[in-house]
This record gives sequence, structure tokens and C-alpha cells, in this order.
Amino acid sequence: MSEIPDAQWRDEPTDYDQTGKLPRLRATSTQSPTLGSLNITAAATDPELLDLPWDVALEFWPASALAALPRGISRHVVRFAHLGGSVIAVKETSEHVARHEYHMLRKLRRLDVPCVEPVAVISGRSSPEGEELDPVLVTRHLKFSLPYRALFSQTLRRDTLTRLIDAQALLLVRLHLIGFYWGDVSLSNTLFRRDAGAFAAYLVDAETGELYPELSVGQREYDLEIARVNIAGELMDLAEGGLIEEKVDPLATSELIMDSYRRLWSELTEKESFELGERWRVGARIRRLNDLGFDVEEYAIRAASDGTQIQLQPKVVDAGHHSRRLLRLTGLDAQQNQARRLLNDMDAYRVDNNPQLDEEFSAHLWVNEVFEPIVRAVPRDLSGKLEPAEVVHEVLEHRWYMSEREDRNVPMAEAVQSYIDDELRHRRDEAEIMLTADARTIGIDADSDYEST
Amino acid sequence: MATVTFDQATRVYPGAERPAVNKLDIEIADGEFLVLVGPSGCGKSTSLRMLAGLEDVNSGRILIGDRDVTDVPPKDRDIAMVFQNYALYPHMTVGDNMGFALKIAGVSKEERAERVREAARLLDLEDFLDRKPKALSGGQRQRVAMGRAIVRNPQVFLMDEPLSNLDAKLRVQTRTQIASLTRRLGVTTVYVTHDQVEAMTMGDRVAVLKDGLLQQIDSPRNLYDRPRNVFVAGFIGSPAMNLLELPVADDGVVFGGITYPVHRDILSAAGGSTVTLGVRPEDLKISDDGQGLQVHVDVVEELGADAYIYGHTTLDGKDYDMVVRVDGRRPPMKGDDVHVRPEQGHVHLFDTTNGLRLADTV
Repeated sequence: MSEIPDAQWRDEPTDYDQTGKLPRLRATSTQSPTLGSLNITAAATDPELLDLPWDVALEFWPASALAALPRGISRHVVRFAHLGGSVIAVKETSEHVARHEYHMLRKLRRLDVPCVEPVAVISGRSSPEGEELDPVLVTRHLKFSLPYRALFSQTLRRDTLTRLIDAQALLLVRLHLIGFYWGDVSLSNTLFRRDAGAFAAYLVDAETGELYPELSVGQREYDLEIARVNIAGELMDLAEGGLIEEKVDPLATSELIMDSYRRLWSELTEKESFELGERWRVGARIRRLNDLGFDVEEYAIRAASDGTQIQLQPKVVDAGHHSRRLLRLTGLDAQQNQARRLLNDMDAYRVDNNPQLDEEFSAHLWVNEVFEPIVRAVPRDLSGKLEPAEVVHEVLEHRWYMSEREDRNVPMAEAVQSYIDDELRHRRDEAEIMLTADARTIGIDADSDYEST
Repeated sequence: MATVTFDQATRVYPGAERPAVNKLDIEIADGEFLVLVGPSGCGKSTSLRMLAGLEDVNSGRILIGDRDVTDVPPKDRDIAMVFQNYALYPHMTVGDNMGFALKIAGVSKEERAERVREAARLLDLEDFLDRKPKALSGGQRQRVAMGRAIVRNPQVFLMDEPLSNLDAKLRVQTRTQIASLTRRLGVTTVYVTHDQVEAMTMGDRVAVLKDGLLQQIDSPRNLYDRPRNVFVAGFIGSPAMNLLELPVADDGVVFGGITYPVHRDILSAAGGSTVTLGVRPEDLKISDDGQGLQVHVDVVEELGADAYIYGHTTLDGKDYDMVVRVDGRRPPMKGDDVHVRPEQGHVHLFDTTNGLRLADTV
């Protein structure tokens, strides 16, 4: 792209109701037909964005422009395309929905909520014949993330499903804690990343969402009800398509999110009363919250009027306890459960090797002697299979089972080699799950895709 | 089916200076289609969410039929939020896509089938019930989504800007469908939009809100013909009503070079030496004799039979934008100066001090 005649890069702090008031360029005869009135709102300039065929309706984009990823259930036309080294999702929608979602995703990311990264809103599109085309929202595809349909269709075990729903419940709790009402909670609107045998959920669709200073009980309950109905619908659909085991009951499974959410919500927010002499319960509550992956940044302790009882209520809780500790000690960025797993190993390593050593220093040694050798041992052609932190987690698991089976302490190097040969080599690539050939085998090829408008 | 009542319903957000919705009083009749409209931040969506149970009501009550639902959880209110989610499931038939929520609610197979058939008949989807959604057109898919809400037989439909994510063509088509369908079903419907054209074309009655306060609730015709205050006068109608602050004379209002006759009793009710005169673009006529208010033409928009003049005028040192509808065959040119006068009996007068309508008989 040597010339960018009239496209504008801008970041307008627009909000939901301000549509129609946005400055728009008018096409004149001197402008190129493609970029005539293209209006691009983006946080950072990705010049390659302009190479995509914006003058063609998404539905008709040539295969050469597309990345062959599975398209989920969406009411919009959605396509994946390559942009530089990454993959982007492009969704056609109305201008105010696109702008609303773009700014909402930016706000959520600033609030540290796991969600996809908004790249741009592109409006003012028209075909070479002058036909007006719908504006699009562009988001970056989350590397190593999996749509639920890919997970279910692969080897669906009932406990996979439970973990998935737990991850969804945790995401919903985190969103509700910061005052985000989702309005369309569903597995389709979520992406999952592996997290040491469990899953971490990411919000993908913020179209119906709004941020409030605080959510009412009604809003939280309604979000939960939407989640239950949508999850049941999604599972019924998979059952109809023969994509999950028959023993999975969609209705009973969808109920799980209610329990999982409520348990978590009350642990995080509920007031607890106890006798003055039981002060240890303050520490116990905080430890329980830490185990769930939350830090307590502020809590309120009040003595009841007669002075014999104490009331404790966590006020500000912040997810990411284990991830933050791992990051602080090692600089490694990992999901919550991965971090917990790695921290456990790191702690064990310290006890075994140098219990007298300072925690930070021991962590540094662990990275050099345990983490990095494992990651380095993975041949380059297998590096797209799983995220490094997930590989290390799996190697540690593998070594433990191997040692138990063989009744000896299997050396790390041997465990790593065995893992690579027996496990990793046989996995599919999940960096950008999943290319067409792979998709077809699990029944989400282009033919069974579905979009409404 | 039921009536809906907002009884002094108030919502105050923590830390906010003024209520988001302030003592809202609305009685919606059984089967009525009511539209809540207003600019951003007027409280229309908050009012709808209060009815849905998504917002706490700080004071006042909300009733559905005779039942006070102020503290009832959303799912127990017997309402249906339309278009919250209308992604369709690819492996399920159209019928199952419409009826799956009933299955979750434990409705028997026979009753499900009956309700789905009935909804499909209304939506003209009977022939597609056993097909997969892939076989449907965009408009038909939209109707399946409506079917999901219909099969639940709710007492009230709630719709919050349901057309905002549709393209222009589908928007107009769906607008008509929603309006006719809800009337055929006879289900009470509360519909929120920021678009006054949508409000005027769809509502049996329209409630105009601003800053959390109800400005007027009336039929579209009355809102247009008898706006209760300057805000409603300026908000309803496209292009908007011309509003000018004019000096009062003994026997009328000074409109440029002429005096528009107004009865003395009406003028004496006004609080100051000026009144605000409102006149719609179609009620201004170009005078052939050069009498009236001088308007400088900035833009002429020709629509065929009619044309709109977008211009400006200066009164007492103050600039006013003016819009005048003229005969499309002989429009003035850009840059012209024309004189306009209101048609007798088609003027709205408001008290400049408080913005309220002065009288209906001018």
C-alpha cells in the first residue's frame, strides 16, 4: 500500500447512542473506488488491513483472502482472514453495533477481563458499482483458543463439559464483578483456552453488553437464565447433530452453570459472621479465595453491636492470583490453572533442591533448569500443537504417571522425550484451530456452518 | 395478555445527581403497542429494564395486570425480551429452533407442537417447520427468532432497539412485520427506540422522555399536532419544527414584517414579552408579496413533488436555522432570499419562560 488516499485512522470515543453523529467522508470522483469513503477506527495502524477486499461483501470474499477456520453459530456473516502474522475475525454488522462492541471490548481489556482484542471498525464500504456494504468489526483471533464445538466434537467426555461450564461460570462472575451485563451469554459467544487440564474462558461477543457501576440482582439472574437457556439450546443442537455422547443430558448440563456461578459468587461476595475468638477464619476465607484464583484487595470487617461477633465481607476481589504470582517470580505469562500447576512444581523444586534459597532466586533457577529445557526440547514442527505453559504442565503430568507406572523416579529428559513421541506428536495443531481438512473430520466444515443475517 | 402500569416508578443510580427515571406514570392498555422514545440518556431503556426486572426500582411500583411485580425476578414476570438472542441452531429443525425454550421450561411435547404450529402459521413458516434453518432466507430467519418469543405466550413483549443491528432494507421490512404481528397477537408490547420515525410509524401511543422525565404520552397524531412543550415539538417530526422566539404585539406575534394574529387572552397567559412560535416546514408558505419573515436559502433538497429549503434567518441578533417545504416544480435557488409566512391555524405557541404549550386554538 503506497497510497492511502482518503481512508482515515481515528479513534472516536463514541458511545452507544451517538450513532449518526459520526463524521463521515463523502466520496468524490478523485478517490479510488475501493477506498473512496472508507472510514477506519483503530487503536493501532495495521497497514495490511487496507489490502483486504473491503469493496466485496464478506459472503463473497475470495478463498485467497480467508483463513480456513470454523465459523461458529452467528447471526452475522463472520469470516476469518490473515493479517500480518495473525488471524483476524471480520464481522459484518450495523455501524452503531460495531462501534459499540469495539469500544466495549477496549474497555473490558482495560479492566483486565479475558476477551478478544478489538482491531478496527471499518465503515463507509461500498462495492465498485457503488452499492453500500455493511460496516465491519475486526477482532484478532485468540491464538490457541478453541470454540466449544471443536472441544465437544473432539473427544467429548462428560467431565470436559463440566470444566467448560465451570470456566464459563467463572468468566460470568468476573464480568459481573466489574459491572458488565452480557445480555447474550452462550458457549458460542465464548472461546476457550486450555488451562492445565481445565479451561479458561474468553468473551468473544460484547454486542449486547453494557457496563454499569454495579449490577442489580435482576441483571445477574437474567444473565444466568440466558446462559442456561442458550447452553441447553447449544447442547441440544450438538445432540441433534450427533456430535456429543448420548449420555450427555443437555438440560441437566445447562443447570450446572447455575450452581457453579452461585457457589463462586457467594464465596467471593458474601458476608460471613463468626465469633470473636475465631479470627483465624479471616485468613481461611482469604486462602479459599486465593485457591479459587482471586486476590482480595480490600475487605470490610465489622464487629456486631454486642461486640461478640465479627462480620467479614470481601469488597474488591481480583482474578489472576496465581498468574500474577507466576509473572512476578518468573516473568512467565500463563493461565490461572497452568500458573498454579507451575507454581506447585516450582515450590516442590525449591524444597527438594535449595530450601534455604530466596523464593525469587529459586524461581529463576527453576525456569532455567526445568521450564526452558522442556520448551526447548519440543521440535519446531510441533510447536503449534499447544502453548508452552500447557506443554510443561502436560510433561509434568506425564512424568508423574510414568514414574508411578514404572515405580521409579523417571529423569526429566527421559519423560520429555517420551511425552513428545507418545503424546504431543499425535495431537492436532491448536495454535489456530483448525484448518479445513481437520474441521471436516469433526463435522464443522463449511457445509454445516450456519450464519443468519 | 395484560395491562402494564408504571406507578411513580423511580430509578436512581448510586452516586448520580438526578434520577435516571423520575416518578414515571404510564398506564399501558391490554394489547397496546407503546413506544418509549427520546434522546440518549433520557431513561427509555432504563424504564424498559425496570419493567423487565433488570433494574431495581428505588421507589414507586410496576404492575403487570393487577400483579405488583416490583420485586419479582425477571424470569417470573411472564415477559419475553425479543431479539435478545436469535442465533439459530444449525442441526435443529425450524420447529425445534422455535420450541426448544419450551422444552427447557418443561412444556409437554403435544403442547409444544401445538404452540409452534400456531406461531408458524402466524409467521408464514408452516412449510418450513421440518427444514433446517440453512434453507431459510434472512427475513425468514428473523421470523423464526420472533417465533421463539411468540411460542412462550408471554403477557408482555419487551423490545429494546430490536432493529438496530439489521441493515436498512431488513429494518423497514421487520418494522412492519413486528407492528402487524403484535397487533394480530394482541400482546401488550413495550418498544424502545431513539428513532422518532420508528416510534411514530409503530406505536399506538408514543411516550417521549427526556432527562428521566415523561414529557408527553399520546397518539402519534396528537404528538405531531399538539406537542405539549417545546422539547416534544422539536423532537417529533422530520425535518424538525421551526422554533422561533418572537416579540408579542397587541393583537398577535410579530413574524418578520407581519403580525400573526393571536387572541389577546392567549398572549396574556405568556410569562414574558416574547413567545416561542413553532411552525412545521409544510406549514410555511412563500409569500408572493415579499411580506413575512426573510429566509436566506443555503441548500435546496429536491424530492420530486416537493423540495425542502434549508436556510437561516436572523431575529433580534439571533440566528435561526429554517426548513421550509415548497413546491418541487418551482423551488427557489440556493443563495436566494425568500419571505415566508405561516398558514393560519397551523402554528404552535409556547411560553418562552417554561417551554409549555400556550393554547391549542391558534
